[in-house]
Amino acid sequence: MIALSDYLILGAILFSLSVTGIFLNRKNVIILLMCVELMLLAVNMNFVAFSHFYGDTVGQVFVFFILTVAAAEAAIGLAILVVLFRNRRTINVEDLDTLKG
Amino acid sequence: MQFDTSMLIPVLPEIFILTAACVILVVDLFLKEEQRVISYGMTQISLLLAIVVTLMTAPAETRIVFDGSVIRDGMSDLLKIAIYIISAGAFLYSKDYLKDRDLFKGEYYVLGLFAVLGMMVMVSANTFLTVYLGLELLALSLYALVAFDRDSANSSEAAMKYFVLGALASGMLLYGISMIYGATGSIGFQAIGEGLANPDVNKMVLVFGLVFVVIGLAFKFGAVPFHMWVPDVYQGAPTAVVTFLGSTPKIAAFALAMRMLVDGLGGLHADWQYMLVILAILSMGLGNVFAIAQGNIKRMLAYSTISHVGFILVGILAGTTKGYTAAMFYSIVYAVMALGAFGIVILLSRRGFEAENLEDFKGLNERSPWFAAMMLLVMFSMAGVPPTVGFFAKMFILESVVSIDMTWLALVGVFFSIIGAFYYLRIVKLMYFDKPVDASPLEAGIDTRIALSVNGLSMLALGMFPAGLLSLCSAALS
Repeated sequence: MIALSDYLILGAILFSLSVTGIFLNRKNVIILLMCVELMLLAVNMNFVAFSHFYGDTVGQVFVFFILTVAAAEAAIGLAILVVLFRNRRTINVEDLDTLKG
Repeated sequence: MQFDTSMLIPVLPEIFILTAACVILVVDLFLKEEQRVISYGMTQISLLLAIVVTLMTAPAETRIVFDGSVIRDGMSDLLKIAIYIISAGAFLYSKDYLKDRDLFKGEYYVLGLFAVLGMMVMVSANTFLTVYLGLELLALSLYALVAFDRDSANSSEAAMKYFVLGALASGMLLYGISMIYGATGSIGFQAIGEGLANPDVNKMVLVFGLVFVVIGLAFKFGAVPFHMWVPDVYQGAPTAVVTFLGSTPKIAAFALAMRMLVDGLGGLHADWQYMLVILAILSMGLGNVFAIAQGNIKRMLAYSTISHVGFILVGILAGTTKGYTAAMFYSIVYAVMALGAFGIVILLSRRGFEAENLEDFKGLNERSPWFAAMMLLVMFSMAGVPPTVGFFAKMFILESVVSIDMTWLALVGVFFSIIGAFYYLRIVKLMYFDKPVDASPLEAGIDTRIALSVNGLSMLALGMFPAGLLSLCSAALS
């Protein structure tokens, strides 16, 4: 029997991986988008685990909404990425440095 | 849950704005390029009618519908009406700007209305799920709006940064929500409030979740140290979009804080108070100091936003009705001030020229004494000079922290506002005492001129009679 804490630790590991990915990645914007998705999936893991161990469906309903919003978010993120690539001809994170001060 | 039609009445304003946005989306398809002004007109009429709908359906007492998902109370009504009026002002200022840059498209208004809808959902949210959905509807519309000028490299870069950091913030917020759900077994704010009172609740998990919720909130507010996106987005996005993005979402962010921290996690006030103290001091400090170093007016206003957010947080952390009232007053007043400031920036821009640098304000008094005076009022109000409304907004906030024996925090606030006064007054100096670099007359339609005058004079009018708006705010919270 897998305990609730095991699920939570897995969720925490996935979550910290994704946050580290966002801050360490200096190469490619697409990896940032993947990290964002991973982060939302880590949260889903938590919700499903709690929902299962409490026998309460609210957490699972929340997960459906998060999945839907994540799909919309990915669509907008990729659309912005296309616009960015058209204007800049690069999707390298380090090249996104014209705005500063 | 038994469904009956009377449950739809409290959400009629949301239904109305949703329908209006969908109708405008379809109507816009059949319009010719020169008829685009019809979409604009329909948007403004929808916002006007939304005020009427909100007032007509205002319930006598608080109503909670849809299984506790949506709440309709005095606060939601007042904030919604403020959101409609200020958004309508932002759309009005941006019309000529968009026309001059071939950006005058129906999508701007549809996305704008969806953002308004998202803010309305946030303001009326009563569970974490509703808060999240409203927040995302607002954020997704704003990401698209920031990237609205598709051929501008700066605005697409700003949109990408906003998107990544916004998504990170949503992720943090959701992680916090999942922990709070785990600790209390519920996502409804009333149920969480009752769960907190239960002695068996796991305090550690709860506070762990709270930290993430506060981080997510600070990102959305743009509070230091989670402010990195604010200056870049303000600088990169088209000024018309910044006018909208810099004003009403602050009201929605205030509502977000009130719903989550006060309605939901009010029992943990002692824990979140210290987190907000840190955020508030850092925001007031860094915001005001960094703003001095900026030569770009939009970037300067971005740092000024950060410092004002610090003040709003001070009001919220007081944790008393007086503090919430002061924070609500401040956020509404701030949205009006930001609207006015960006309105003037739009006024100075014209086809092929962006008024982005402080030099563009030089000698504004010679070019147009009236609008220089309006900018003066807005700047005085932001700096907190009496008798403009900004002074009273700051005073109410400071009063509320003094009354909970945190006088030192009030002193910190005053200290940083004095530093902040420097860069607001520098603009006044540039306008009145320097020779204009560019003496071309200001072009603006009569509607923009009237709206800007009303906007500027409202700083003075609200400052002379702050009691009206203040009593509305305190009535909304009682």
